[in-house]
Amino acid sequence: MISANLPILHVIVPLIGAPLGLMFRRSPTGAWLLALIISWFTLADSLALLLIVSGGEAVSYEIGDWAAPWGIEYRVDMLAAYLIVIVSGIGAVTMLYARQSVEAEIPRDRIYLFYTMYLLTLSGLLGIATTGDTFNLFVFLEISSLSTYVMVSLGAERRALTAAFRYLVLGTLGATFYVIGVGLMYQMTGTLNMADLVNRLPEVAETRTILAAVAFLTVGIGLKLGLFPVHVWLPNAYTYAPSVVTAFLAATATKVAVYVLVRIYYTLFKGGVFETLPVDEILLALSIVAIVAMSAVAIFQTNVKRLLAYSSVAQIGYMLIGISLATITGLTAGILHLFNHALMKGALFLALGCVFFRIRSVNVDDMAGLAKVMPWTMAAFVTGGLSLIGIPLTVGFVSKWYLILATLEKEWWPLAAAILFSSLLAVIYMWRVIEVAYFRERPAGAVSIGEAPLAMLVPMWVLVGANVYFGIDTDLTVGTARAAAALLMGG
Amino acid sequence: MIASIPPGLIMIIGAVLVPLLPSRVRGAYMLALPLIGIWQLFSLDPGSYGQMTLFGFDLVHVRIDKLSIVFGAIFYIAAILGIVYALHNDDRTEQTASLAYMGAAIGATFAGDLITLFVYWELTAVTSVFIVWAGKTERSYQAGMRYLIIQVLSGVLLAAGAVVLAKETGSFAFDFIGIESLGGWLVLAAFGIKCAFPLLHNWLQDSYPEASPTGTVFLSAFTTKLAVYALARGYPGTEMLIWIGIVMSAWPIFYAVIENDLRRVLAYSLNNQLGFMVAGVGIGTELAINGAAGHAFAHILYKALLLMSMGAVLHRTGTAKGSELGGLYRTMPWTTGFCIIGAAAASAFPLFSGFVTKTMILTAAAAEGHLVPYLVLLFSSAAVFYHSGIKIPYFAFFAQDSGKRPDEAPPNMLIAMGLAAAACVGIGVYPDPLYAMLPFPVTYVPYTTEHVISDLQLLMFSALAFAVLQRTGLYPPELRSTVLDFDWVYRRLGRDWAVFLAERTGNALRTVYADFGGMLNRVIDAVFHYHGPKGLLARTQEIGQATLVITVVLAIFLTAFYL
Repeated sequence: MISANLPILHVIVPLIGAPLGLMFRRSPTGAWLLALIISWFTLADSLALLLIVSGGEAVSYEIGDWAAPWGIEYRVDMLAAYLIVIVSGIGAVTMLYARQSVEAEIPRDRIYLFYTMYLLTLSGLLGIATTGDTFNLFVFLEISSLSTYVMVSLGAERRALTAAFRYLVLGTLGATFYVIGVGLMYQMTGTLNMADLVNRLPEVAETRTILAAVAFLTVGIGLKLGLFPVHVWLPNAYTYAPSVVTAFLAATATKVAVYVLVRIYYTLFKGGVFETLPVDEILLALSIVAIVAMSAVAIFQTNVKRLLAYSSVAQIGYMLIGISLATITGLTAGILHLFNHALMKGALFLALGCVFFRIRSVNVDDMAGLAKVMPWTMAAFVTGGLSLIGIPLTVGFVSKWYLILATLEKEWWPLAAAILFSSLLAVIYMWRVIEVAYFRERPAGAVSIGEAPLAMLVPMWVLVGANVYFGIDTDLTVGTARAAAALLMGG
Repeated sequence: MIASIPPGLIMIIGAVLVPLLPSRVRGAYMLALPLIGIWQLFSLDPGSYGQMTLFGFDLVHVRIDKLSIVFGAIFYIAAILGIVYALHNDDRTEQTASLAYMGAAIGATFAGDLITLFVYWELTAVTSVFIVWAGKTERSYQAGMRYLIIQVLSGVLLAAGAVVLAKETGSFAFDFIGIESLGGWLVLAAFGIKCAFPLLHNWLQDSYPEASPTGTVFLSAFTTKLAVYALARGYPGTEMLIWIGIVMSAWPIFYAVIENDLRRVLAYSLNNQLGFMVAGVGIGTELAINGAAGHAFAHILYKALLLMSMGAVLHRTGTAKGSELGGLYRTMPWTTGFCIIGAAAASAFPLFSGFVTKTMILTAAAAEGHLVPYLVLLFSSAAVFYHSGIKIPYFAFFAQDSGKRPDEAPPNMLIAMGLAAAACVGIGVYPDPLYAMLPFPVTYVPYTTEHVISDLQLLMFSALAFAVLQRTGLYPPELRSTVLDFDWVYRRLGRDWAVFLAERTGNALRTVYADFGGMLNRVIDAVFHYHGPKGLLARTQEIGQATLVITVVLAIFLTAFYL
């Protein structure tokens, strides 16, 4: 019974768990436990699904036994399983980490709200990755987005409110664009089911309505994933959100949006958009600007969270480059970087959470000499940073390697050079932080502080360890990414 | 089980535990690692191990053949000597870094492909910089920074070269590379930096003497000899290397003669000895490659011995400057004796290790008819005696009495020096075991009348010159001075030059300079203007503006699609 319902449990359990969280108004620990248990449950479910679909056969589930295309179909294939493992894995680790960090950053009487919203977000993100229905996807997109806005607004500074509001307006624009795109497709094909759309789209692919649909879908999802130059909501949202929220969002939300884009281009249109439309050229151009300009912007930031936020926009550029190359290696690199970037940014933002926990600031100048008093936290930050730069033996290297390989396959040397150049910029912005933390003295009269609590260090180091482990043993990640890419390209 | 661990990895992994161990057991633990390593190395049969396929290329993690065994074995021996020498030192950073560094160098020696080589190559750079920093002075921090930049640059060149080569040949195998292709040149440049080729050499004299007394001993043995190994593997018989080698062997001599810091003298002399090996690789005959490998083996031992003796002096007196030392033989007789043995080996005295290996390179040069290289190498040999053989022991232990009466070196230092000295003499007297290890069968006989006589002639005339110059007061006195080397060009001259020219040649150049400087400033300003916190790309946009941007992007997509 359970096994038959596997494809829906990881969505439905957090969805039901969210209102339960409201009951823990007076007991933050209870709410945390609930979120923790559900997170780990979804991880177990996701891993089981990955195991099932790794044979190459997708799992399909008809909600309420209404057969597709009338009913809503849930469909987990290799790519979807890979993604839900990322999302639920990051969720499970951040929840382990969350209790003390959340208590330190969110007023006690609102903590239950945070966990409720977190569960809704989790459900929404997992739903997006699971559903096989374009409109249902919109619903989950809104569930995850609306709850995300609330989570961002829970940040300690008042600026969190304006950041959340800006995110709300722009995010809603994005969702609206998406739903307009879906509407246009529905107008031409009369179906919302993805599998059905795949069959019906080719007939009408050349019509102006569908062209407009592709444009709306691209810009709408582009907004959600932080595509340059429509990423403007992202830096503020990441900067002012509570640490745990930033870590969770940076590692999952944008990745899910990238997934949606891959779905649209490669599943719905079977890669045909790249042949008939200049999508790839435009995305490529924007991404190249992103990886260079956003890395340069990151260099000048003084708030480290903001620095990493800009770095995220640049990193998303790498994924989009991989996707818009439209080759198996390129797509593998893009999909691989989804996973790897989640690991590195997750680790880095969790490290910043530990820093904030102790010194109540994430400004570069306040971090002077921090490595002496918080050696484990800063070591984690350095390792995450090395991974971000792409040093061998870390996941960052594996991603960059495949990306460069993909550009060389096409013999696009200047692009490879641009990627390497932006890595150099990453060295600069990471080094700024490392130099301050390791080679400057603690200011005289600074409050004496200790290392972050073990309950935060351990989950953080789990992610750091994963950065190294998957940098050495690439079988699981590369294997899955390549298989997913081959499935997508092969149709 | 242990056979399946790649050589070198034992020490790298072992290094991780070092900071956690109490200091009592740490020394024994550190010493055990290279001992296990060397036992493991000799229990493995030649061949390739740890093959795997990564990114569609075949990688060979471990390749054991005669060439890699010689270098691997001497690296393990140097590791053991260095660890014994450093037993009294309780600096965890230096201990951890040095173990990992030595392990990385050994791992690189056995790398069968360029990717594995690259990983270990960078690892040696990153770990060794901590040894430089362990000097714990502002100078060592600055020197370490420069060192790190140059070393990492070498790794980047290697990676770039490897990718280009793989593109051309479809394989990352680390065998003969040659300079026919762009990839070959890139990899050669990477090796050249680590090998301290002329003009690429300054990191060596810059950083090694800034490390702690024990750190310098570790540093001296590995990085450059790893590069010699890599050259011998990838570029044997490349004629250009002969000329690079002879310039390397002759040029540093002049610096060595006038330099006052005796550890820096040894750094220059190290560079000059590398020249012999590079020239040997360039000649490329079996005898020459044997000579290069054998000389690397002997050189690691006697250079370590010399640096250990200077390190002991530095440890006891706090200085290694020739002008501040002298007369130490009274209270440090053992150190003096070991230093003289090291000096004799370095000068290639008959019955010492340098003689049986260096003469192989000279003979190979003569046999191939390279007259000019032969003569330059001959001149350099004489000069080695001059600065390593006479200058080091003379100014440290004899010369004018400085009045310093330091204690004899600590026992562990003496043991390490004693072991190294024994090896120097042992190889010199009975070279056959070393010859048996060399990559090619050895037919060379070191102790012929001709070799011995010509060598002694050189040494005697060199000694005569030193004595005459010293007596007549013509010898450059040991001054407390700073010797300017080529790095002055990029560290100081580069900055001053533009100013100087602008002032001297009037307004024309001044305008050009100002223009250039202005241009640079304008570029930085422009980058900051758009990317700085208040810049177009970074400031927080109003929602209205953001919406406008979104509309424009949508319009771009729609227009592009409809066209």
